[in-house]
Amino acid sequence: MSYVRRFSRTERLFHWVNAAFFFTLLVTGLVLYLPSLEVAFGRRTLVKDVHFWTGVSWPCALLLVALAGDRRGLRRTAADLDRFDRDDFRWLTGRHAPQGRFNAGQKLNATLTAALTVLFVVSGLLLWFGERDTRLRFASTVVLHDGLAFAAFALLLGHLYLALIHPATRHALRGITVGSVSEEWAHRHHGKWSPD
Amino acid sequence: MSERVSDETHPDPEPARVDHGVPVGRGVFLGTVVAGVSSLLWGKAAWDRVSGTVAPVAERLVPVLPSSGWRIYSVAAHLPTFDRATWRLSIGGHVDRPQTLDYAALLELPRVEQVSTFHCVTGWTVRNVRWAGVRINDVIGPAKPRAGAGALHFVSAEKPYDDYLTLQQAQLADVLLAYEMDGKPLSRGHGAPLRLVIPDMYGYKNVKWLERIDVVPRVHDGYWEALGYDRDAWVGHSNGYGA
Repeated sequence: MSYVRRFSRTERLFHWVNAAFFFTLLVTGLVLYLPSLEVAFGRRTLVKDVHFWTGVSWPCALLLVALAGDRRGLRRTAADLDRFDRDDFRWLTGRHAPQGRFNAGQKLNATLTAALTVLFVVSGLLLWFGERDTRLRFASTVVLHDGLAFAAFALLLGHLYLALIHPATRHALRGITVGSVSEEWAHRHHGKWSPD
Repeated sequence: MSERVSDETHPDPEPARVDHGVPVGRGVFLGTVVAGVSSLLWGKAAWDRVSGTVAPVAERLVPVLPSSGWRIYSVAAHLPTFDRATWRLSIGGHVDRPQTLDYAALLELPRVEQVSTFHCVTGWTVRNVRWAGVRINDVIGPAKPRAGAGALHFVSAEKPYDDYLTLQQAQLADVLLAYEMDGKPLSRGHGAPLRLVIPDMYGYKNVKWLERIDVVPRVHDGYWEALGYDRDAWVGHSNGYGA
């Protein structure tokens, strides 16, 4: 079986650094959020510090990976994710349409994940500094931060289902771990993509 | 315009022009970020409107969610544990007859019930909480506060949490020392067995896990006030909210 390269080393590192930070934030966030975990585990001040500093390091780590890695490749991928052609719109309405390196759903998922990340960081900083300065304290910050968590969790569940369980799509996991996917699979799912 | 001209002039135009698509992603990205940031202005109002419908459904589906709106905040490494046999509430300070109440004695005091709304300074609100407990005067009165007493110091078993109310604030009609919430004995997370409830002030004044009340001449900074929060934590009119 022959394989084609789907993700560069930089892209894979970017993905897994993001995943590691996200899971740390998810776990510490749940302890802070769910009453049963808070009562069982306590140590709120410590958990809060870990959650906050992980959140602050999150965009910094991603920026570092991007700057130290293959910047041009990342830019090309970002441009790819940005653009939707006629087949993408057709695909989004549930019809069959040949897809490029990313299908329209993957493009949307990446775009929304990026937007949620920005909002997580902004609202998290407001929560932290709002505790210290009333001018940065808004009654809706906590609603936004919680809402983001629910939205991101929903995206994550869908992502995990497609990457780990759904038989037709789970081969993609190979791409984000070792970098390559089978040529046959690529042709079937990403017909318009011509790997270089 | 020029394209059409070229099409007409070439008998064999390229079979299909490459569809580079339109930059939709950046629009979705910016739109989501702008919507999210703008929700700082309308998020709580919107959530308050729908939470009555959404929360019970969410609670049914995922029982661990804080659907009723409650969050459990604490400052110590572990939440205090209530032991009915050893728990005591002591009343001291500027009084003639310091008191010590055990849990049974607490329950023998005149019981009052009230329904009030609980507001946290971080923005969440729980409406229509059913409390049962005792009025402060029924607890403080027997200790005979001396002349010159001006405030109460509420000390939590959760160290180093404490806070103060002026006597005037503590006399507000709906200030309560609560041992029951929504028909059940106060749970550990909510400050078992006894907490202060002052609905007109933000949650951080509503000291949980009460173990001591001292009568003092005047108020000082409590735990959160030392970190910059207002001593007079009136809902909607303090801590940067309201005018």
